[in-house]
Amino acid sequence: MTTTWQPSPDLPPPASTVGAVGWARSNLFSTWLSSVFTVVLTLITIYFLWQILDWGIFSADLAGKDQSACEGDGACWVFVKDRFNFFIYGFYPDAEQWRVNVMFILLAALIFPHFFENAPYKKALGWIFLTVYPVVSGVLLLGGVFGLEFVDTDKWGGLMLTLVLSYVGIVAALPIGILLALGRRSEMPVIRTICVAFIELWRGVPLISVLFMASVMLPLFLPEGTNFNKLLRALIGITMFQSAYMAEVVRGGLQAIPRGQYEAAAALGLGYWRSMWLVILPQALKLVIPGIVNTFIALFKDTTLVLIIGLFEVLGGVQAAVIDPAWQNVAVEGFVFAAFVYWIFCFAMSRYSQALERKLDTGH
Amino acid sequence: MNEAATSQDSGSDGIIQMIDVNKWFGEFHVLKNINLNVGAGERIVICGPSGSGKSTVIRCINRLEEHQRGRIIVDGVELTNDLKHIEQIRREVGMCFQHFNLFPHLTVLDNLCLAPQYVRKVPRAEAEETAMMYLERVKIPEQADKFPGQLSGGQQQRVAIARSLCMSPKIMLFDEPTSALDPEMIKEVLDTMIELAETGMTMLCVTHEMGFAKTVANRVIFMDGGEVIESNEPNEFFDNPQHDRTQLFLSQILAH
Repeated sequence: MTTTWQPSPDLPPPASTVGAVGWARSNLFSTWLSSVFTVVLTLITIYFLWQILDWGIFSADLAGKDQSACEGDGACWVFVKDRFNFFIYGFYPDAEQWRVNVMFILLAALIFPHFFENAPYKKALGWIFLTVYPVVSGVLLLGGVFGLEFVDTDKWGGLMLTLVLSYVGIVAALPIGILLALGRRSEMPVIRTICVAFIELWRGVPLISVLFMASVMLPLFLPEGTNFNKLLRALIGITMFQSAYMAEVVRGGLQAIPRGQYEAAAALGLGYWRSMWLVILPQALKLVIPGIVNTFIALFKDTTLVLIIGLFEVLGGVQAAVIDPAWQNVAVEGFVFAAFVYWIFCFAMSRYSQALERKLDTGH
Repeated sequence: MNEAATSQDSGSDGIIQMIDVNKWFGEFHVLKNINLNVGAGERIVICGPSGSGKSTVIRCINRLEEHQRGRIIVDGVELTNDLKHIEQIRREVGMCFQHFNLFPHLTVLDNLCLAPQYVRKVPRAEAEETAMMYLERVKIPEQADKFPGQLSGGQQQRVAIARSLCMSPKIMLFDEPTSALDPEMIKEVLDTMIELAETGMTMLCVTHEMGFAKTVANRVIFMDGGEVIESNEPNEFFDNPQHDRTQLFLSQILAH
């Protein structure tokens, strides 16, 4: 005689192990030592949070126009307010600043939908971001055509310059880095040697010396009278430098892809480029999203180094403004503002990369 | 024993011809004078101990491994360093791997459509139609929109078989297709392969599934040390092995 096996019913877990109470019990108050730490650290956090809020908001000075408005103990945001225009636009002429604003708005409009999982037209917006946007922005910012007044790159500065440097660096460094990574793994010795040499050369020198070379040394080697734009030189320097880093990040991803994937793609008759584009790179890049975004964030912050070749992005602008004799003791406010601006962008990149990782997770 | 192997071949102009093929991995001589002639529609099982070169033989047929001496002619095209010839042959030769090697970032349907779309330039709608037909044939059409990581090993291997079939190959190569599977799942994959054999597909299988060899193969080849030791039709091969190395191997794998 056979008996039919019936699975035992699933019972709910004990009430004290689930929900907010269960969480607090297991994470905050599991032992007496843990409880002491929880209480002490909470008090310390509240104390410092209060100090910061008091300085930055409750006792801060916002109204007014100059130094005389800042008499209290708190932060002197009047300074930041007064110089805000400079921090955002640099020396860009006041009358033409709407062009920069259009660039900012377009950027926000193209990027914003990517933070939402179900937003429509994301693919199209992405392609516009990579192709149409740089051309439109370039024409807008530089001018000289369509009746727009020409604004030389000497006048560019502030957040606008930071975004130009970062955008070009990010958009150019990723594809160049991918090509370098593929080249470094190539079976052709000449290509491999060139890529290894390129990567090791650029990775081996500090960015600050790359920029310095680009601005001081390069003109010495060029024919007399050649006027090579300073911003362009900085852009090329940053791009070369960051592509070398990007190449190594991408190579890490390529190495993590099992041989079987290459073989399966080959066995199906996909050639080298199609195997890479359709099978290998989508997997490899997904694996190294944290590394890629890490490089992007580093790049974003490294743009501050163009200060040494006389370009004033956000931090450079703040630095120049705090030594202005019209204002005293405003360095902290200035640097806090600069830090906040950088943090906003870096945090946004970080959040986006996490959303992307979740979206691309296919359970393997 | 090489003469024995060639004497049973079905004529001199088979769909796969391997003539005195030699291969080395560095200093290691992995294939020694392999002669193999496979007729269209033939089903060949290759067995042998690990390291005998059996996988390398079939991997040479679609140039996943390069041979250093001898000639390999597949469907009238000789394998040389010419990339055009290699890609031409790979389009006609499907392959299933021990570890399936599905593309984990694509859904099952996309895995099946990828090569027809990008290699054969088939329109997407048509590629999907073919893909669904083959998924039904391997009995998992309901998994089309899942990712490979969500399927069992047996299901993944059936998807891999369907993926190869979508390219309408003339030859199918199987490299130990059931070795990585749980026992419960081996049967579903073997059943799929048996059905495929019934359609008249030319098949070369590296496998230790002797039951499969008995029911499906026209010919069983035993390899050891990079050489073909014995090649015979299955009944003769199992009941009356000629070579003592073959006898030892069969006694070891059939003992349990």
